[in-house]
Amino acid sequence: MRNIDVSEITAAVREMCIEVNHKLSPDMVGKLTDAREREESPLGRQILGQLIENMDIAREEMIPICQDTGMAVIFLEVGQDVHFTGGDIEDAVNQGVREGYTEGYLRKSVVRDPIDRVNTGDNTPAVIHYSIVHGEGVKITLAPKGFGSENMSRLFMLKPAQGIEGVKEAVIAAVADAGPNACPPMVVGVGVGGTFEKCALLAKKALTRNVNERSKIPYVAELEKELLEKINCLGLGPGGLGGRMTALNVAVETYPTHIAGLPVAVNICCHVNRHISREI
Amino acid sequence: MDRHISLPLSDADALSLKAGDYVYLTGELYTARDAAHKRMYDALNEGKELPVDIKGQVVYYLGPTPARPGHVIGSAGPTTSSRMDKYAPRLLDLGLKGMVGKGKRTQEVIDAVVRNGAVYFAAVGGAGALLSKCIKKAEVVAYDDLGTEAIRRLQVENLPVIVVIDSAGTNLYATAADKWRK
Ligand code: SF4
Repeated sequence: MRNIDVSEITAAVREMCIEVNHKLSPDMVGKLTDAREREESPLGRQILGQLIENMDIAREEMIPICQDTGMAVIFLEVGQDVHFTGGDIEDAVNQGVREGYTEGYLRKSVVRDPIDRVNTGDNTPAVIHYSIVHGEGVKITLAPKGFGSENMSRLFMLKPAQGIEGVKEAVIAAVADAGPNACPPMVVGVGVGGTFEKCALLAKKALTRNVNERSKIPYVAELEKELLEKINCLGLGPGGLGGRMTALNVAVETYPTHIAGLPVAVNICCHVNRHISREI
Repeated sequence: MDRHISLPLSDADALSLKAGDYVYLTGELYTARDAAHKRMYDALNEGKELPVDIKGQVVYYLGPTPARPGHVIGSAGPTTSSRMDKYAPRLLDLGLKGMVGKGKRTQEVIDAVVRNGAVYFAAVGGAGALLSKCIKKAEVVAYDDLGTEAIRRLQVENLPVIVVIDSAGTNLYATAADKWRK
């Protein structure tokens, strides 16, 4: 059994909120740089050039990469031998978000109620997904999510007979419909299987994967490659103004499902695909 | 074609801009996004005056991050325009000349752009740090309580935008992909 004071979690979340909104991970930087090389449309290349310059300014001058610094989505993997002390874990996470967004000059984009829409003023609460894992460590993954792309995400409850072709059609349809609204080039997270909510969570989790990594399941890895190719034949391009680089990556996660179902969730993210992990 | 345009946008300039033009905007414009639009719309429905005179003006769909000390503004890129589609035709009919945002518009908005000789520009989404460099002055002029969603008057210098919908109703988003589709 290991005791962890929740103030450690608060401090980590605070720092992560600030870092992730000013600095993209090396895999994302690499993908954007690579996209500029490969883009054939001159306007597309110009836009990708602006995005790369934008990343440099953000990092060097501490101006957030995008003004939508997102709703804080947090995956908390807690070792089963961990005992939290010093307070409530959920409060500690939210305190980290509060401090990070306030002291880091990040935008407060959360409203307390979906209908009355009064801003909470500190970007809390976060959306927290807990899982209990082996061991006595804690892994925090933070992925602030902008809503330009979140709003274009889709969930399809397909029939098993639609099979893998149905999955492909669903993903392509969602991306084509998202178009310029989702700030292409996009990163596409796909969940296949599970239940309604599990599938959406798989898609979200897929977005936190390193964009250079393929699925370990051979047919899923093939599917990822094929989808990326198909999406980049849509012609939407950077900013949706025409070009080859519509998506930077497609990541697919699967889970067992019911004999009667084939859920498919498509969580669309923009090129500002922010994710950061830390182990405690 | 590259163009340098000064704001507020003149009728002649608005009519001369064509979908696909790459434009650098210099001068004054206003920010407003979801909550400010809703308030303006409600005010009009109640027969009240708008807090700013939008005639001949350009609105930038923007909710910036807070400015760090010594900075004019924080990160300042466009938000998705479609959420303002419900309100835009009404404002265009009242004389609004231009909108800066990102993403698709409804046919009702396109019709209102044509009817009023206006323009819809896109700025590059997700380039808020870069775009903030073009903003030389920012002051809240209405709805201060809305925080990031307040209406701000901005002084911009060479703000890079692309004409997506022009006064003839040509919509770049509808055709841009054709050339690159495989
Ligand atoms: S979709 Fe992404 S890049 Fe575009 S405005 Fe939202 S967070 Fe920024």
